[in-house]
Amino acid sequence: MSKNKSEYLINRHDNQYEVVIGLEVHAQVTSQSKLFSTSATKFGAEPNTQVSLVDAAFPGMLPVINEYCVKQAIKTGIGLKAKINKRSVFDRKNYFYADLPQGYQISQFKDPIVGEGKVILDMPNGQKEVGIERLHLEQDAGKSIHDLDPKNTFVDLNRSGVALMEIVSKPDLRSPDEVNAYIKKLRSIMRYLGTCDGNMQEGSLRADVNVSVRKKGLKELGTRCEIKNVNSIKFMQMAIEYEANRQVDLIEDGQTINQETRLFDTKKNETRSMRSKEDAHDYRYFPDPDLLPLEVSDDFIENLKSEIPELPDEKKKRFIEKFKLSPYEANILVSDIETSNYFENVIKKSDVKLATNWIIGELFAALNEKNLEITESPISAGNLSKLINLIKDGIISGKIAKTVFEQMMEGDKDPQKIVEEKGLKQVSDPKALEALIDKVIDDNRDKATEYKSGKVKLFGFFVGQVMKVSGGKANPQLVNEILKKKL
Amino acid sequence: MSDITKQSLSELVENIKSKKLSSSEVTKAFVERSEKSKELNAYITEDYANALNKAKKFDEKPDLDLKLPGIPMAVKDLFCTRDLRTTAGSKILNNFVPTYESTVTQNIWNEGAILMGKLNCDEFAMGSSNETSFFGNVQNPIDKNLVPGGSSGGSSSAVAAQLTPITIGTDTGGSIRQPASFTGTVGLKPTYGSCSRYGIVAFASSLDQAGPMAQNVKDCALLHEVISTYDEKDSTSIDFKRNEYSKELTKDIKGKKIGIPKEYRVDGMPKEIEDLWKKGIEYAKDCGAEIIDISLPHTNYALPTYYIVAPAEASSNLARYDGVKYGFRAEGENLIEMYEKTRSEGFGAEVQRRIMIGTYVLSSGYYDAYYLKAQKVRKLIKNDFDEAYKKVDAILTPSTPSSAFKIGEKTNDPVSMYLNDIFTVPVNLAGLPGISIPAGQDAKGYPLGLQIIGKAFDEQNILNIAYAMEDKINFKNNINDWWIK
Repeated sequence: MSKNKSEYLINRHDNQYEVVIGLEVHAQVTSQSKLFSTSATKFGAEPNTQVSLVDAAFPGMLPVINEYCVKQAIKTGIGLKAKINKRSVFDRKNYFYADLPQGYQISQFKDPIVGEGKVILDMPNGQKEVGIERLHLEQDAGKSIHDLDPKNTFVDLNRSGVALMEIVSKPDLRSPDEVNAYIKKLRSIMRYLGTCDGNMQEGSLRADVNVSVRKKGLKELGTRCEIKNVNSIKFMQMAIEYEANRQVDLIEDGQTINQETRLFDTKKNETRSMRSKEDAHDYRYFPDPDLLPLEVSDDFIENLKSEIPELPDEKKKRFIEKFKLSPYEANILVSDIETSNYFENVIKKSDVKLATNWIIGELFAALNEKNLEITESPISAGNLSKLINLIKDGIISGKIAKTVFEQMMEGDKDPQKIVEEKGLKQVSDPKALEALIDKVIDDNRDKATEYKSGKVKLFGFFVGQVMKVSGGKANPQLVNEILKKKL
Repeated sequence: MSDITKQSLSELVENIKSKKLSSSEVTKAFVERSEKSKELNAYITEDYANALNKAKKFDEKPDLDLKLPGIPMAVKDLFCTRDLRTTAGSKILNNFVPTYESTVTQNIWNEGAILMGKLNCDEFAMGSSNETSFFGNVQNPIDKNLVPGGSSGGSSSAVAAQLTPITIGTDTGGSIRQPASFTGTVGLKPTYGSCSRYGIVAFASSLDQAGPMAQNVKDCALLHEVISTYDEKDSTSIDFKRNEYSKELTKDIKGKKIGIPKEYRVDGMPKEIEDLWKKGIEYAKDCGAEIIDISLPHTNYALPTYYIVAPAEASSNLARYDGVKYGFRAEGENLIEMYEKTRSEGFGAEVQRRIMIGTYVLSSGYYDAYYLKAQKVRKLIKNDFDEAYKKVDAILTPSTPSSAFKIGEKTNDPVSMYLNDIFTVPVNLAGLPGISIPAGQDAKGYPLGLQIIGKAFDEQNILNIAYAMEDKINFKNNINDWWIK
């Protein structure tokens, strides 16, 4: 029952509660232009500079579907191993808000473009499959800014009409950790596909989190609450913990849970009721008569399939099989496409085992310390592979390599040049080493005598002394061999 | 030439091309007559000075190869016109000046025509008498205090009174054909997808179509040829081969099969409508057409279906008029109050009624019973036509169940007002082309129209039938310029 050890359960008195989580992830489609207009979608532009007449809903303006966004959604669907619906329908979701110029959001309700799929998570206790319910395309709304003026609200329509994919999971997630793994995996898949940049700071990825609890062992789902629009994994995890405990407390207190929409207050670390089910909007969904049903052919889908790159799961399998990496190593290296590209570039010309260790060990630590992404690494894949070859060929020791590596981090310098300039080459000439070793034995006569009389532990002392005298450049393997003979 | 405004479009084009008339002379004549006709209240916005300037410019460098060389023209105020106020007959757009041009009007200006102004219409094209316009009633030139029909009432009045040689309207449930019928003019509602909806203030997107209105069939064909284009900016625009409708126009309709649907003999239909229809059948026979009795069994359900589908779409289409971005805004203490005040003060009673009906039929719990059912019935109505067209080439019906009525006569009885569209609405629901031509007068001397319904994309055929029948009918409108002092 080792599996149970990692189970996420909430204990109250004699009861154990299981937490059931489903996510509605809103992922911004990577696209130059919006879902139904030709306006730009660049992040951080001056307010209201990327707004067309269509985005601002001027009279008589009509939406025209952006084929590129359709392709992106289908590619994502393929990446989620999902069913692609050849016929889908755009509906209007009607509600009034100042940053919703049309008075409705164009979305997909009954007939989404992508149907059921799945995502595989690698959890410490093994793999876990999370079902995907659907993926649909929809427009983003604009942004209301309430804090620029005491009396007025300002509206920025730059986001109005930007294409989003809403990816709805089944209620298959059971812990904050699984949510973390799920979001990361989803993000990884979309970044591999180039369909969403996954940038949570810029709002390209955010989620509505549905949480319910039930006594362990029960099959029936509890009443859920939806926590709206959470924009970081950390906040999602905090919100889930708070919300699950709140629900458990209510049940333990003999109260019932109201189905409602809640907000997560990141400052107070609590969720608060936004509106109850009774107050829920009636969105009056109906098919948008300005748009014909979206129909795609088998050929269209097949063409997109041929554009799909190797995705993390497949890549991981290949890394394990071809390069003999451990699942742990493979997981780390495939987690995002830039890392795996870097890795594959390094091993083009150098040893896989060493490369794996150096990337996962030294490089990640160094990047982490400097708060850099792999794409910003001061050390290019080419130079790291040179460094690894210097080690492999016995030109420098692992220890010296660390010194060289540190210097490389200061700027993308050729390791070979560093070694030459600083004279760091390993001493592998047996005669030179013998001279060194003779001197060390000579200087430590008493210890040599002790060693010979059986104190074999002292061997390490002599190796250390030789290395020290050589400035770390002595070839440790040879030092070992010669020392053994001489002592 | 003193009778410039009495000339048909074809005559005017001919005279400008042969340089017997200049665009300035023609434009001046229509502007002057329009100015003398303010009592008709056909215009919402006049743009006469600009029109005269444009005419002058045209004359300086006339391009006589164009289809509408220097022809002045006023258009329904539902078409967005760049730099000229576009109101849709509503207070809520009272101050709205578009920065863009509708595709249909752009097509017209591309062929050399000149904009004179914007014509009155029912608010957001919701009405059958032009009485819902924020800018007041329009008079029918046929008689004082007579409605010109609606919603393209300013358009029908202006063409009948010769304030503009031709015009364009929009037709969601009869808004071109019914006013044409009430004013003794010709109006064509094209196949859905024939004319772009880009830049036309939307009423009900799946039903709205722009179309030509004229004094005769030939002018109507020429204008249709200009306005019907495929447009990528309208996702419901259809890319099909369009004819040169005016050039291919022929009176030879020998052997054409024309269907007479028995379900259009509605209860309480006035005898004179029944007689007109009979006369129409005789005219068609005289032209060599073959008359075949047909059945369109779901006709009875067309009106209720229409009054679910159209308000549903309208309730959503009109959500954008919220006081936030453009148009009229009433101040409020907060956002909700601003919305409520803006929309209660900005929209008239009929528009509010339809928004409420539409909101209701789309509401959860009612959607299936109303909207979804209406969509199913709509399909059945379309199937009826598909079946009929296996046997016939076109269908002949009256355009309206009565002649024009007096202003105020039906204002308090929306259902009786809605019944005006009983013969025209099925055509919109099925997305088919239909044309109304004047075919006679009732006892009061008010015009009555006949409607010819065609197969989808078969505008040429119904124009030909209308052209042939027009010749036999030889209709003359009785207009005595009562409004000119």
